[in-house]
Amino acid sequence: MTAIVVRDLHVTLGRAPILRGVSLTVDAGEWVTVIGPNGAGKSTLLRAVGGLLPAGDAVSLLGTPVARLRRRALARTVATVAQSPVVPPGMSVFDYVLLGRTPFVSPLGRESASDVAAVRSVLDRLDLSGFGDRELATLSGGERQRAFLARALAQEASLLLLDEPTSALDIGHQQEVLELVDTLRRDSGLTVLATMHDLSIAGGYADRLVLLSEGAVVASGTPREVLTEETLTRFYRARVRVVDSEDGPVVVPLRAGSDGSVAPQRF
Amino acid sequence: MSEREAAIVLQLRLPRVVLGLLVGAMLALAGGCYQGAFRNPLADPYLLGAAAGAGLAVTAVVAFRSGTTIGQLPSGVPLAAFGGALVAVALTYLLGVAGRDRSPASLILAGVAVSAFLAAGQTYLMQRNADDIRAIYSWLLGRLATNGWQEVRLLLPYAAVTAVVVLLLRRELDVLSVGDDEASGLGLHPQRSRYLLVAAASLGTAAAVSVSGLIGFVGIVVPHIVRMLAGTSYRAILPLSMLFGAAFLALADLAGRTFAAPAEIPIGVVTAFVGGPFFVLVLRTAKRVIM
Repeated sequence: MTAIVVRDLHVTLGRAPILRGVSLTVDAGEWVTVIGPNGAGKSTLLRAVGGLLPAGDAVSLLGTPVARLRRRALARTVATVAQSPVVPPGMSVFDYVLLGRTPFVSPLGRESASDVAAVRSVLDRLDLSGFGDRELATLSGGERQRAFLARALAQEASLLLLDEPTSALDIGHQQEVLELVDTLRRDSGLTVLATMHDLSIAGGYADRLVLLSEGAVVASGTPREVLTEETLTRFYRARVRVVDSEDGPVVVPLRAGSDGSVAPQRF
Repeated sequence: MSEREAAIVLQLRLPRVVLGLLVGAMLALAGGCYQGAFRNPLADPYLLGAAAGAGLAVTAVVAFRSGTTIGQLPSGVPLAAFGGALVAVALTYLLGVAGRDRSPASLILAGVAVSAFLAAGQTYLMQRNADDIRAIYSWLLGRLATNGWQEVRLLLPYAAVTAVVVLLLRRELDVLSVGDDEASGLGLHPQRSRYLLVAAASLGTAAAVSVSGLIGFVGIVVPHIVRMLAGTSYRAILPLSMLFGAAFLALADLAGRTFAAPAEIPIGVVTAFVGGPFFVLVLRTAKRVIM
């Protein structure tokens, strides 16, 4: 079954066209990562899929056009982790994750025992049970990213949108968070649509990559199909070498003037 | 207790205490609500211009209906004040977020500008109506003095509406704390919630200003003290602010009545004495957290 269908999506912000006819699909249980140079429209695409931008009938989630879903129903269908989520000063991790239950709490009501239980189980799954009373702002980068993820998981949506989930993390924590997402995806049958900057990491975790450039899809397919020297040179204006490893292609940036061999470092 | 003593307690003292409790609860609740709705720790009925808007509206009613004294306001006055407060907050909001700089300070600066403008209008009206100037002036400084229950009766329905709306929506203020985008992602209509909450807080402010004049600093001092004691969730802050605000104003009134007895220090002066230094403290800590 197809979880996310985007068909000929156009988005214009102010007068600037950001997305010009983007189409893509994500199957249920699949992990698709959108890559592309700065300003290509990756975040805008994710916002439109998440229903935060008017997309008309161009975006369908689990067979229903986004425009026809009410906000609360939408929030139970798709959960987004923003690129740099707001950290409310003074809020505890437990209360923060509890906000994820908002689509289940009646507008004038309060959380039920089952909401609290859902939060506890999410905290357990993400190894955060010891952090419930800690203030979110005092957590380290990796722990904080897990808390953001926990809030999204508390929404119990089957579609997970991740906007640059690892851009603030060192390489060890990047792997930790992405492995965690992959495990959750397998265990709970989540569908993941992410954006990412680091191409090697993006290729290592996605089933498919979609390359966006100037608001249009210019390449899509398996990491091996998309991460080629020719494509990256053309759309990123970058000098790279792509090395094939058993986990997929590895993108190595090259210094100017070098001819395919890795440049010696200058001191 | 003689009949005379009973009358003093029931017609003078008790209504004054009840009025203090109600006005204090409203101002503190409105302050906490504005702070959440605008995600701005400095927001307050006075700094946003709501009180000045309400004050101008009340002054206009008094000035244009000559013969009305502040003591017997027509019952529609809180609604006029509500209109004034809403216009003022809308102006502040438009001016404060129109620029690129959306820091908490820019909203408050806009509020100060709007307040100054409205206060000038009020001064002009007062000058034009010199007969009423004394009455308006003593009301401006804030007063809880009353001889009967009419102010309480005037305030109570509006206070009830405000309290019900704000307290029912207080969970949404917590959700708004993650920003509009993420709040939308959680199933909220953030702008709709904000309008409703700001309107409710402005109604409470306007009703309080109508009966008791301009009593500053309650809306910023009380929610911040509650925050220090009870954490950052608006679900705790708002009901506790009502209780603390009520107690604070009743006690401030007691202080104002007794320190210089038999003369009275206007209640607005007492709260400003306490609140001014506290506000500087909030400003310094808020800078570290927010700006």
